[in-house]
Amino acid sequence: MNPVTAEDSARESDPPMPENALPGPDSSTAPALEILATGPMTTVQDAGRFGHAALGVGRSGAADTDSYALANRILANPAGAAALEATLGGLRVRARGAVTVTVTGAETPVRVDGRGAAVNEVLHLPDGAELTLGAPARGLRSYLAVRGGVAVPPVLGSRSTDVLAGLGPALPEAGDVLPVGPAPTAFPDLDHVPARRVGGDRVELRVELGPREDWFTERALSALLSGDYEVTSRSDRVGARLAGPALERSREGELPSEGMVAGSLQVPPGGEPVLFLADHPVTGGYPVVAVVRSADLPKAAQARPGTRIRFVL
Amino acid sequence: MRVLKCADTGVLVEVADLAQVIALGAALQADPLPGVADVVPAARTVLLRLEPGADPAAVAEAVTGLRPTAEVGQGTGETVTVPVHYDGEDLADIAELTGLSPREVVRAHTAATWTVAFCGFAPGFGYMVGDDPRLHVPRRGEARTRVPKGSVALAGEFTGVYPRSSPGGWQLLGRTDAVTWDLDRNPPGLLRPGVRVRFEEVA
Repeated sequence: MNPVTAEDSARESDPPMPENALPGPDSSTAPALEILATGPMTTVQDAGRFGHAALGVGRSGAADTDSYALANRILANPAGAAALEATLGGLRVRARGAVTVTVTGAETPVRVDGRGAAVNEVLHLPDGAELTLGAPARGLRSYLAVRGGVAVPPVLGSRSTDVLAGLGPALPEAGDVLPVGPAPTAFPDLDHVPARRVGGDRVELRVELGPREDWFTERALSALLSGDYEVTSRSDRVGARLAGPALERSREGELPSEGMVAGSLQVPPGGEPVLFLADHPVTGGYPVVAVVRSADLPKAAQARPGTRIRFVL
Repeated sequence: MRVLKCADTGVLVEVADLAQVIALGAALQADPLPGVADVVPAARTVLLRLEPGADPAAVAEAVTGLRPTAEVGQGTGETVTVPVHYDGEDLADIAELTGLSPREVVRAHTAATWTVAFCGFAPGFGYMVGDDPRLHVPRRGEARTRVPKGSVALAGEFTGVYPRSSPGGWQLLGRTDAVTWDLDRNPPGLLRPGVRVRFEEVA
């Protein structure tokens, strides 16, 4: 997978702030998040990049859209404010100036200056405070959102990093200081928000067959809907590579490349499906046997390696 | 036209040939359908990505009612010239596959008029179709792990220019210094659907 190049991150086509943002204070005093550690992988994500598919640019954006949206709601941020998506915890940040944050998604042990704190809660960090996300017991991706949003410059209208296309903000590294945008005018109205449990050893995902179910045998379709598929370690934001019953094709030949959606179960020649997530390729040349319903995509994005998936109609 | 569903997130429209893809893509660009967030034309299909909550059945019905009239090659009216050094690693293989000499391959590639049919694979990678079927060659048996930025290549009925270094399985004809993807440019892609392309040999 190609990392984002310095060239990409230095070239921006959009102004660094949303048009509706209030003028920020002087940059030397503006709040920021200093990255101390990123864990296995942390990216900046927002609601995604829309309207550029015809140029071969994918949507990207937060993989678990529910947890990401919840984080912004907790902070009374605008819906598309950018946040940090941490994979299996390990993210450590220091507040530069006082900031208000929350952690959602995979339930990670949260600590502020060594003291325990909770997920799905408004956390006020004074200047210099250190926030640490431990390894979550369940689930895969946690979201650290900040009031005002992570204000790195957008690329093609979005602050999402597309790890497949190498587009968007550079992957945060220890020592980076990420600017925080101006706080919205609305205030959080709850300190703590109950959220559904994220992740688990087994997950059921609702699918609809197609668009290319006619490329597979009847036996393959029943195997898909009755077998257990395990998420392998060869999984990332592009897709979850699954191990389980191989799906046999009913025809020879190659499918001309066609557009893909997130949630597609694409079946390469080996027969084990790949479940496409946020950074999936815009087009693909292998048939898609079924697509996960949009409401279950956040669950799919939280399935860590080892999770057993059952697909149901 | 056959309309297939991608659960509640997309509607995949299958048409007979690339000309109909181009026509339908142009029609949807000119007159966007309600509920459609993004349009992804490809070789034989146009994917409509839906906005959250949009009704796939309603979008499917609306697209079935469209009567695209654009013709092949009508394009955007824009023509770009791409200078190429024809020194690609696969030029000899392409010659063998086509039954032409390497010089004839170069002449055919520069004489043809190409039209970007759709983009995919990577941001700014345009799949261009030409008017010379002699240049249709299969992909390489094994993909290269790294194809250099600016490589000009052939596969199937298409020619393409790699916008950045990436893995790739196309047959390499040569290379260009033309910048096909530049985020400082609006739009960033040079080879957008509908754009006509001529290749010009440079020493």
